[in-house]
Amino acid sequence: MTEILTAVIPVVIIGIICAVVLVVASKLMAVKEDERFPAVRDCLPGANCGACGFAGCDGYAKALCEDSSTPTNLCIPGADSTAHQLSDVLGVEFADVEEQVAFVHCNGNCDATTDKVLYQGIRSCAAAKLMYGGKGSCIYGCLGLGDCASVCPQEAIRVINGVAKVDPEECIGCGMCAAACPNKLITMVPAVAGVFVECSNRDKGAVTRKVCSNGCIGCKKCEKLCPNEAIKVVDNVARIDYSRCTGCGACAEGCTTHCITLK
Amino acid sequence: MTKLIIILLSAVFINNYVLTRFLGICPFLGVSKKLDSATGMSLAVIFVMLLATAATYPIQFFLLTPNNLDYLQTIVFILVIAALVQLVEIVLKRYIPSLHKSLGVYLPLITTNCAVLGVTILNVQDYPVTETTTFWWGFAQSMVNSLGSGLGFFLAMVMFSGVRSAIEGSDIPKSFKGLPITLIAAAITSLSFLGFGGVIENLFA
Repeated sequence: MTEILTAVIPVVIIGIICAVVLVVASKLMAVKEDERFPAVRDCLPGANCGACGFAGCDGYAKALCEDSSTPTNLCIPGADSTAHQLSDVLGVEFADVEEQVAFVHCNGNCDATTDKVLYQGIRSCAAAKLMYGGKGSCIYGCLGLGDCASVCPQEAIRVINGVAKVDPEECIGCGMCAAACPNKLITMVPAVAGVFVECSNRDKGAVTRKVCSNGCIGCKKCEKLCPNEAIKVVDNVARIDYSRCTGCGACAEGCTTHCITLK
Repeated sequence: MTKLIIILLSAVFINNYVLTRFLGICPFLGVSKKLDSATGMSLAVIFVMLLATAATYPIQFFLLTPNNLDYLQTIVFILVIAALVQLVEIVLKRYIPSLHKSLGVYLPLITTNCAVLGVTILNVQDYPVTETTTFWWGFAQSMVNSLGSGLGFFLAMVMFSGVRSAIEGSDIPKSFKGLPITLIAAAITSLSFLGFGGVIENLFA
């Protein structure tokens, strides 16, 4: 009996000492964690897309907790429902989220433009671009190898007839495709927008016309047609200022090469 | 002094915990995929090994041996090491959050690492307090051995992460992909360390 006790008692005593030390230490040196953090983090979708401008959802939640001036409407994938939850949890006024969707500014499909080389390399736009600016004759256009589609978390992008197309219903507006496109063809446009310029060719009209029949030739007809001065031709390609655009569609109707489209 | 250098070098090269004694294989295979995580893990292991030896060596020779409780060695050591690592984690979180963040999950993971327990047990076996050796001499030898073992672990991890990154890019037959080729590579790396056997003793002879 005594042998058992001489074994058990020291171990129990050491265990108790360790436990007491740990409890005291954890009480004395407790780090205050913001109790709102888990609640805020739960509101966010957890896609870690970075559309808010912070390093993932954890980073945005941390910024929201620590700095009360951080806007609650930065989460584009979460849209209004997330912004509502965030403003409830943090007790601030609700701010509307401007939902955005990605749009590919190119319509150089297989019918409109041609390949200048037969590309048989790695199936990646970034790799293809290194070879003389890509396989297509237009070096500004969609390379069609789907770098954007491969990073899309929603599988909202498909390459159709040689050009990437975004499904606006599926798109959550995270902007990962815009970062992945080596030709910077994809921009984030307001989800409510109705008119789009489907070209990014910055060459002069005659040069553009030679490589693609759907390209913007920079004729500035749309500038004149627009009643709100929302459209401007910069670097030989039309650009729409969505803060002014009303979506009337006058530009799309008058566009000589049909590169401005009305949805 | 020469004795201490011999202990240090033989702990790093000849009795390397991972490659010769086959202790701590789990983190060796699990965390060696990337160089930075391998480095973080190894630094945490060095730190915990030193700390564990500093705590368990006195316990062995002031508490267990005098009371004939040597058979409680394993359970007491595990208890003390686990509590100690938890304490270190609390202290780090409070005072050096950056280090706590970079050690991350590795610190609690090493709590029950067999290499750490192995170091403490082999220390009291190999460098005991006897009639001829004082406590402090044994303690110094043990601490140097722990440092050497930690450095040996570091060396093995860093070397093997290099080996693995080389494997990653090469064309491997399908049946060898993943763990099989990793185990074969580990075996060859371990063989190379056998070459160090006998070198250190003869160096100082």
